[in-house]
Amino acid sequence: MATESTNTQGKSGSGRVVFFVLIAIAAVLFVLGLVDEYTMDGPNIHPMDQFIVSPLFGDGPIRFYTPTNVTLWMALAVASVAALMVMGTGGRAVIPSRSQSMAELAYGFVRKMVEDVAGKDALPFFPYIFTLFLFILFANFLGLIPMSFTTTSHIAVTAILAAAVFLTVTLVGFIKNGAGFLSLFWVSSAPLALRPVLAVIEIISYFVRPVSHSIRLAGNLMAGHAVLKVFAGFAGAMGMAGIAPILGVVAIYGLEVLVSAIQAYVFTILTCVYLKDALHPHH
Amino acid sequence: MEGDIAQMGQFIGAGLAAIGSGAAAIGVGHVAGNFLAGALRNPSAAAGQTATLFIGIAFAEALGIFAFLVALLLMFAV
Repeated sequence: MATESTNTQGKSGSGRVVFFVLIAIAAVLFVLGLVDEYTMDGPNIHPMDQFIVSPLFGDGPIRFYTPTNVTLWMALAVASVAALMVMGTGGRAVIPSRSQSMAELAYGFVRKMVEDVAGKDALPFFPYIFTLFLFILFANFLGLIPMSFTTTSHIAVTAILAAAVFLTVTLVGFIKNGAGFLSLFWVSSAPLALRPVLAVIEIISYFVRPVSHSIRLAGNLMAGHAVLKVFAGFAGAMGMAGIAPILGVVAIYGLEVLVSAIQAYVFTILTCVYLKDALHPHH
Repeated sequence: MEGDIAQMGQFIGAGLAAIGSGAAAIGVGHVAGNFLAGALRNPSAAAGQTATLFIGIAFAEALGIFAFLVALLLMFAV
């Protein structure tokens, strides 16, 4: 064990360097990808062009069964989650391999979050919440690969995820508590005269939940990627002086890695909070 | 919605809605700053409260997102 820990300590410095070099390469690729577009399409670069949904094969109309770039990158996210979990649980070593410790870290992290925020009786919902977390995390991270597509930047994708959470939570609330679930809207700690007013506000805020839940994720990712493209557009237009915007892209790219992880975390923790409200509606 | 003046109103409205995002930024900074102030007073209690921190940030951010949504609707949907 001692050699193991010194080994990782020695590696962490070079690992950090490799991480920053990878981010820098990714940023340069972002700019190069844009320069290619630049020469093909003229100077009209639109930072929102990266979010266009297009069919993978040919260019017919898009129907619900058409394979598009969105479905491709969603399938890749699912495949990478499955690969991580299959590789991580395949060995079952006492001293975990890298993939096993990553899988165990993710599992322990989400399980602790569900237990701490939603309580022990929310653990039957742990598989669902874990799936949500991993899918959103991997979709966000895959979207950071240059020339890829960010599925979670589309409100259509995140709205379905949030609507599923909303329906689950509402159903669970009514199944577990019956009509007692409505006491969620009746704030018993407030003065009696204020309670009807508060009830209206609580009901509005309950139905606004899926809206803010979905748009938070989509908005953060869309805004971040648009900012990346805007800076990359500066670099493409400025020629040799473009080194300054490229440095900016490197910094923003690092920020985007952070935002991807935090937004997956926030989406999951809000799911836990809503679930806690459904299981224990009494204020 | 046709005509230049209507489009101008759209753009002005979207720009005004962007102020809401800045206001949400103030709120998020307030939450994070107060968390840090409290965490430095009692660092041992800080680790258990990071979930609360993120929930607070998420709720403060939600209202900025509605401003962002208004801007998006004005730009692309109206």
